[in-house]
Amino acid sequence: MELNIERVEEEGRTVFYVAGEIDAYTAPKMKEALERVTPLEEADIVIDLTDVSYMDSTGLGVFVGFYKSVDAAEGSVKIVGTNRRLHRLFEITGLDEIIDVERIGGGE
Amino acid sequence: MERLKQQYRELLEQYLASQDEKVLYFAQQFSRKFIEQEVAPEDLVHLHKDAISTLFPEAPEAFKLSYDFLIEMMIHYGLALREHQSMIKKREELQMEIEIAANMQDTLIKTTLPVMEELDIGYVSEPAKKMSGDYIYFTPHSDRKVSVAVADVIGKGIPAALCMSTIKFGMDSLSEEQSSPHDVLSIINRLVEKSIDDSMFISMYYGMYDESTSIFTYGSAGHEPALLYRAATDSFHYLESKGLLLGVKQDVQYEEQQVKLEAGDFIAIMTDGVTEIRTSEGFLDEAIIQSYLRQWKDESAQQMSDQLYHALAQLQDFKLHDDFTVAILKKRTEGLSVGE
Repeated sequence: MELNIERVEEEGRTVFYVAGEIDAYTAPKMKEALERVTPLEEADIVIDLTDVSYMDSTGLGVFVGFYKSVDAAEGSVKIVGTNRRLHRLFEITGLDEIIDVERIGGGE
Repeated sequence: MERLKQQYRELLEQYLASQDEKVLYFAQQFSRKFIEQEVAPEDLVHLHKDAISTLFPEAPEAFKLSYDFLIEMMIHYGLALREHQSMIKKREELQMEIEIAANMQDTLIKTTLPVMEELDIGYVSEPAKKMSGDYIYFTPHSDRKVSVAVADVIGKGIPAALCMSTIKFGMDSLSEEQSSPHDVLSIINRLVEKSIDDSMFISMYYGMYDESTSIFTYGSAGHEPALLYRAATDSFHYLESKGLLLGVKQDVQYEEQQVKLEAGDFIAIMTDGVTEIRTSEGFLDEAIIQSYLRQWKDESAQQMSDQLYHALAQLQDFKLHDDFTVAILKKRTEGLSVGE
């Protein structure tokens, strides 16, 4: 399964439109794309996972690592469009308490 | 080299004249000298070219040129061959080191199943590859208490396995007073946050069972909820408890919940290698795990764990995609009989 990442600059925000599956094989690609965002200071980043059908814990690790760097640089990162399964993953891991995660169709 | 040149020429001359097997035998002995004197394969072609030029000065030019071509080929072939050999050697060394590390890990994570009067405990923990990123640890306490920790390092393979040793040492350093889920999880969290890489995280489920009250007190650090089976109603319930993964933030408060077990009830604590199984037809429905457990509910906790492992491994054609760990804690319907 492939992972497609499209990066768009919208009104001062960097939006990543991600499509496919994020697992141990594709996670490095996701990580690389996020690492290209510089500087992180005051960065306003949105990661849109509407077209991500599946993500495993490796993928989750990439977002946590990224969140930590953005948070340390006082930037902001928001994850939107998580399906039921993905949202559950953020809930179980307690990450929804520290990262702004919005499920498909809005709502926390 | 001059001596070698002469010896080679003489051997070749003898062979051309007689085609004698004995000469071939000498040639074989002679070739060993090449290794001793570090003669490269292309140098051997050099020797041959010189010998031919001396023995047959009239040989056509094209014939001699063809040896130059062969020398070039041999140089590159020799290089590629040596590179290949050194890679094989490196791979063998690496495999040996992994083997040693895996053995070390086995010793490191060895846990002993405590035998309790009221609680029947069983578990299976199997790595997908040589080394596991899952961790399971039982600690018997005084006053008929026992605690269990199940952790899963996010990430697989060797880095995950190394990371796991942090938890092991953390757990070993806890005192008897620090055994509540709230304390254990926050202490281990601080340790993990300090000592591991930014991109590694650990989920952990920790519970403590008190035989004197039949109460199981549990907490979770980003780990999936354990499953509780109620014998009286023949139903499953999730034992959820909110808490962040270990290693994300320095100071985290962990909730702690309680549940009282009745005879025949059991708790299954699993890692995502059990609950997130993917087969060729897609994700395995978690209801399958429940129906398996229900089917084997009257067997011992160890038999239940073993059977669950075999059934789920079979569904994946016996190739685990992720480390697999399940622990089952079951309240006996009658006390432990003598000799069991």
